Parts: sequence; structure tokens; C-alpha cells
Amino acid sequence: MKELLAIIEEQPFFEDMEPAHKRLLAACAAERSYEADTRLMRDHEPAETFWLIRSGQVALESPLREGTVPFQTLGPGEIVGWSWLLPPYRASYDARAVTDIHTLRFDAGVLRDRMEADPAFGYRLMKHFAALIVQRLQAARLQGLDIYQPGGPGHGA
Amino acid sequence: MEVIAPQAVDTLIRLLAGDGYEVVGPTRRDGAIVYDRVGGLDDLPVGWTDEQAPGHYRLRERDDQALFGYVVGPHSWKKYLFPPEDTLFRLTRQPDGSFVTEPGISEAPRRAFIGMRACELAAIDVQDRVFLDQAVQDRGYAARRQDLFMVAVSCAEPGGTCFCASMDTGPRAREGFDLALTEVIDATQHFLVAEAGSEAGRAMLDRLDPRPASDAEQAAAERVWAEAPEKMGRQMPADAREVLNRALEHPRWEETAERCLSCSNCTLVCPTCFCSQVEEVPDLEGQRSERVRRWDSCFNQEHSHLVGGAHRDSVAARYRQWITHKLATWHDQFGTSGCVGCGRCITWCPVGIDITEEVTAVRRDPEGRA
Amino acid sequence: MAPDTVQPPPGSALPEQAMAPQPWRIHSVRRDVASNEVFSWELRPEPGVEPGPLPAPGQFNMLYLFGVGEVPISVSATTAEGGVVHTTRAVGSVTRAMQGLEPGAVVGLRGPFGSQWPLEQAKGRDLVLVAGGIGLAPLRPVIHAALERRSDFGRVVVCYGARSPGDMLFRDELDAWDRRDDLDLRITVDRGTAAWRGDVGVVTQLVERGGFDRRNTLAMTCGPEVMMRFTAATLERRGLKPEDIFVSMERNMRCAVGFCGHCQIGPHFVCRDGPVFPYPVMEPAFRIREL
Repeated sequence: MKELLAIIEEQPFFEDMEPAHKRLLAACAAERSYEADTRLMRDHEPAETFWLIRSGQVALESPLREGTVPFQTLGPGEIVGWSWLLPPYRASYDARAVTDIHTLRFDAGVLRDRMEADPAFGYRLMKHFAALIVQRLQAARLQGLDIYQPGGPGHGA
Repeated sequence: MEVIAPQAVDTLIRLLAGDGYEVVGPTRRDGAIVYDRVGGLDDLPVGWTDEQAPGHYRLRERDDQALFGYVVGPHSWKKYLFPPEDTLFRLTRQPDGSFVTEPGISEAPRRAFIGMRACELAAIDVQDRVFLDQAVQDRGYAARRQDLFMVAVSCAEPGGTCFCASMDTGPRAREGFDLALTEVIDATQHFLVAEAGSEAGRAMLDRLDPRPASDAEQAAAERVWAEAPEKMGRQMPADAREVLNRALEHPRWEETAERCLSCSNCTLVCPTCFCSQVEEVPDLEGQRSERVRRWDSCFNQEHSHLVGGAHRDSVAARYRQWITHKLATWHDQFGTSGCVGCGRCITWCPVGIDITEEVTAVRRDPEGRA
Repeated sequence: MAPDTVQPPPGSALPEQAMAPQPWRIHSVRRDVASNEVFSWELRPEPGVEPGPLPAPGQFNMLYLFGVGEVPISVSATTAEGGVVHTTRAVGSVTRAMQGLEPGAVVGLRGPFGSQWPLEQAKGRDLVLVAGGIGLAPLRPVIHAALERRSDFGRVVVCYGARSPGDMLFRDELDAWDRRDDLDLRITVDRGTAAWRGDVGVVTQLVERGGFDRRNTLAMTCGPEVMMRFTAATLERRGLKPEDIFVSMERNMRCAVGFCGHCQIGPHFVCRDGPVFPYPVMEPAFRIREL
């Protein structure tokens, strides 16, 4: 528990959370390692977990008829999974370990109950995830604009 | 202070021609007063004046025989120093695939300019900074500028779109000339007060049979200088630079763009606008090619060409670029305003957009709330 | 008050070499991208041509094709033999005409022009380079210089975003940089492929991963403006001061010496005062549309 708290303390994602909230998070966390090619999440399956990557690389993929192509990769310090936050609590893409990875795995089902019971904590954590989602949305938009094509959008203000 | 007779201007033109100058001055053509070769007083628009207002220019006969009883027309001296078309280089292909680059033959005759107004002297000073006070000088401009003989005229009757007094560039010609004239004309007298501004000007004046001005003549000239600034049709706010620097996102530009035709008239008649483009003009056999420079305008969409489209696509952005460059960022670039208050852009705008009115409107309503 | 005569930026073409295209011969050609739309030339001066100063990282030359026209192209490397390397994408009439030229062909060159990446200012600090698409080309001389004087800098982080794995420039050089342990190369693509093992996502995400000292880092970025804007925002969020971030701007540069008026951004002539600017100087251009 102490060790988990120490790991959480050093993560930028949780940087400005109150000590009590960090202890709540540590109580729902466990260290987990996965081998390369392990599927952490599968499209449409119930989402009761999220991960903080400590080392290694994870790919987010959409299963297509032609096979799966990663649309985003995540690395150390980054969070995998937010579908657990809102109904219907189901994953909307696949997450696969590209390399061997070390993670903190959070039990999101328990966290959800804690967030309901303690709105101050719930609000804080929701805000952190909202910021993460906004950042990913902006990145996805930029990625979708195809800015590097000759004369592509975004060459002028 | 010295005085010459009106007929001495004819002598002046002939003497300059005799000295080998190509003499250029105001002349009446196509319903306007333009600058072209003049051979004597007969070529000048003697007895004519111009009526100017936003989008409006008419010539009218005067009821006297004033030599310089008009202000500036659509031409400026820019067309001689920075010609609308100029071959910069001629290139010739070599047998080994290489090429040889030679300077374009820039015609640079010794010219004398007759009847330059104070705002036009100021405009040449502005273009000197653009083309000469630089690490890399414009050779053609330098060559054409070098041996000019400049005869200035102080304006006695500023026009309806003039605002040189508020730009501190006129109406009296104070420096930068070889010879400056001030015309005095009324029911009883007609003469020109002449001042030399250089040794060449002094020497020329001595050949024009000058005589010392009487006290009354001196007083008459001083009255012209004192009264002309009061006759300006327009005025530019003194803080135009600061006003525009704060107004880059002002809604006014969208409104002005609804009227602006982006025809580029304002930049063509402006005596300081210097934008140009260079075109490649190859011969049919592909053995020779020329780099030909032509006037360009920030109102042309291609001016801000980038792969994928023009950077200043909207007319509002192009108008803003022109007015902020002219009155604000020109100071940062060249240590002076790019506007000399000649009023040409107002007169020759087909829809009568008035640069002084634009600044005044933004100044009155800095936030664009109205 | 008349300003003093404007001095040329240090290391730019001498006045007598500034305006007239001089003949340079294509010594070698490389085509990096499968579509062949990006090509690199090593140019060497023809006999009798007195080359100007060696271009510094960040500067550009005007390249001229006889009978066709002239375009500004950044310098992507210099060689020990006095050659200059230009990496060009065929997008307009001049660059398309240049695309098919082979070694031995002669083109015109005048330059170098413009401002330089502030390598001296980066001495003793971490160096973060963020490149997008063909924006890697103008930053490549910085990487060469940094590796040549490696001990002058702290950590050197290179973040490169490309459209797809097949659109990456300088592939063998990227591989060589990737093998070095004194350079932290991070590559991401907008669109992965089944075979692509690297990162997928925007280049700012590579910056988010840190790995540099926020209090002692100088950053340089080159790419589409929207990418540079997000990169600057990310760097600021990670604690860099705006004045420690440098951008390279693209505008319609034609004369390269501030005469023709086309490349102005506010009071700046991009050809003469840029293309490299401190981010705070260009901030209005990123914020105000069509400035």
C-alpha cells in the first residue's frame, strides 16, 4: 500500500490531488505486468479497469475487417481506459500491449462507488479525466486533419 | 528671397533639356494631370485645376493662368524611379547546361522632375529608405535616383483629399529639392518665389534672371505658406499607428471589405507602395530568359500565395494588411510612416474608401461596439 | 528619424551575390518518399562561382530553374566538400519542374538568407527539436551540428511526426540516430500500418513524455503552423518559457531581401527577419487569422 502510494505520488497525472484522494486511489490499485501482445481491453466488453503505464507501449486499436490498425499509442505516464467512467461502462476499442509493460491497474468498479459516495473525490477525479479526454480529443482532431499533406490545413493561422 | 517670372519656368525647362536632362513634369492627358516629358511651358496644365473628393477627380479651367494651380494626379514619380516593369536580369543558356546571368539593361537617363509637391519629396525619402538604406540596395533604383534634378512646388491650394499637413510632410517644400518654387497669383500680380536647395539648384536659379523679392512679395509668399495648411480637405489622426496596432481584430475591416473591390488602385497610385513580383520570361527556343519585375499589390490574392491557398484570403485581411502596413508597421520597418498624406488612394478608390476616415472610425470606437 | 542602414543578418549572402542566380550543379539526388514527391539535391558551385558564406542551420537559399522560376528552399545539410543540400517537396510549378532533374543538371542559387536557429543560445542546455512532415528538413542541420558538438548540450530530444511510415524523410539517418544513446529520437505517425511498430498519434504527445529539464531547455519547432502552435502550448504547459521556444515560419518569400513585400507578418519580413523567430514574436500570427 505504501509503495503504491509512492508510485501514485510521482505520477504527473495525479500531481495536484489531495493526499486523502491519493490514498483512496492507492487502495484501488495494484501493480501488474503484461507480456507483449496481451489484450488489456476489447471493444464492447465491460470496462471495469483502467491502467497507468509505467513502462512499455500500449496501442489503441479499432478492429476492422482488414485487421486491426493502431490509431494511437500510449507510453509511460499515460492512462489507458476511460470507458469505466460513464454508462454503459463498455470499452469502445481494443487496447493491446505492444511491448512487455508494467502498469498500475485500477479497480474502476470500486472507484466508481467511492466517487458516488464522496462527491468531492468524484469531482476531482472526473476533472482529471475530463482534462485527459479533452487533450486526446484535440490530438485526435489534429491527427485527423492530415496536416502533413502538401498544402494541407494548418499551414497558416 | 528671390523672385522669378512665370515665363522663367519655360526657360528652366529648356535649359535643363539643353543640359542633357530628360525633363518630366505635369501635363494634361485623358482628363487628368499626369507626369510625362515636357518641352516647355505650353506642355504644363496652365490655367487648369483639379477637383478631388473620395472616388472623384475632375479637371476644371481656372479663371487665371496659374502654372501649378492643381495638386497631384494619378501618377507619382515612383513610375520613373521604380518602374512598373523592369528587367532585373537576362540569362543565357550555355552549351554545357549552365547559364550566364547579366544585369538587365535598366534605362536610367538623367532626369529633371518639374513640379514635385512636398508630399512627393517625402514619398521619395520613404522609398529611399526601402530601396537604398538596406544591406542589399536596389541597383536600378539607385541608378535612376542618382542624378535627378528636382524642382519642387509648394502647394498654395491643397485639394479635397489632401492631408499632408497632418502627416507633417507639407504643403511647403522644405528640403530634398534642387529648386523650390512658390507661386503667387492674384488680380494684380503673378510671380514665383524661388529657393535653391543645392549647388546645382543655385547655379540653375542664377540662369533664370532672378531678382530680390520686395517686402510685399515676401509677405505674399509667406501668406501662401501660412494659409495652405488650413485648406487641407482631410486630416489623419496623429496617433494612427497606435490606433491601428490595437485594432488588428476590429470588426471595421469586415465592413470596409464589403465596399472594397480589392482592385489595387490605391496601391498603384500610392507614391510609396513598393510590393513587386518577378516573373520569368523565357524566349521560345529556351536559350534566353529574363527576370522581369512588375508592380504587385497586397490586394491581389496571389500576393500572399502559399501552397494550399492564399494566406490573406479575405478582402478584410488584405485591407487590414495595407492600412496597418502603411500607417503602423512601416514605422517598425523603416523608421517613418509609409503615408505622406497625398490623398491619391482616397481620390482614386472607385468606391471612395478614405484612409483617414477608416483610422478615425476605429479610433472613435476602439472596441468596435457601435 | 532615419534608421541606420539595415545590416544583413549574420551569415547571409553578400550584397553582390544576393540578387543574381548563380549556376550550381546537382551533384547527387535522393528521393526519400515512395511517391518521389520529396527529393534532396546536393548542389555544388560551378567553376568560377564564388559561393557565399556556408549556410547556417535555419537559413534558406533561393533556387532557380532556367525558364521556369525561383523558389525559397531551406538548407537541410551542408557537406564537407562545400556542397549544400536542399530537400524539396514538389507542390508548385517550379518545384514540380525541378522534381525530375538528375545529377549533372545546373540550377540557379542565390543566398544564404534569413535568420538562424539559436544554437549558441542552446549551449549548456537541453535541446528539444519538434519537427512535423517536411519540417524535419530545416531542423536537420541543427541535429548535425548538435551531434558534432555533442558535449555543448545536455539531453538532445528529437520528436518527429510524419503522416505515415512511408512519408518519413531521411530514413537511414533516422535509423542511425535511433541507434545512438546520446540522442533521444521519438517518431510518431498520424496513420499506422499493420507493420508499423512505432508510435501513432500527434507529435505533441511525444513532447508530453518529457525527458528534458523544464528549467533549462531550448526548443525549436518546424512544421505546419497548427502543429507549431500546439507544440508551443505543450512545451509551455511542461514549464518552458515562451522565449525559449523558436519557430520557423513559411510565407510567400520571393526576393529574399525585404524588397518585394510578400512575406510580411506584421512588422516582420519573414525572408530577412526570419524564417526563425522566437515564439513570442510570432504569437500574434498564430492567434490572429490571416495576419
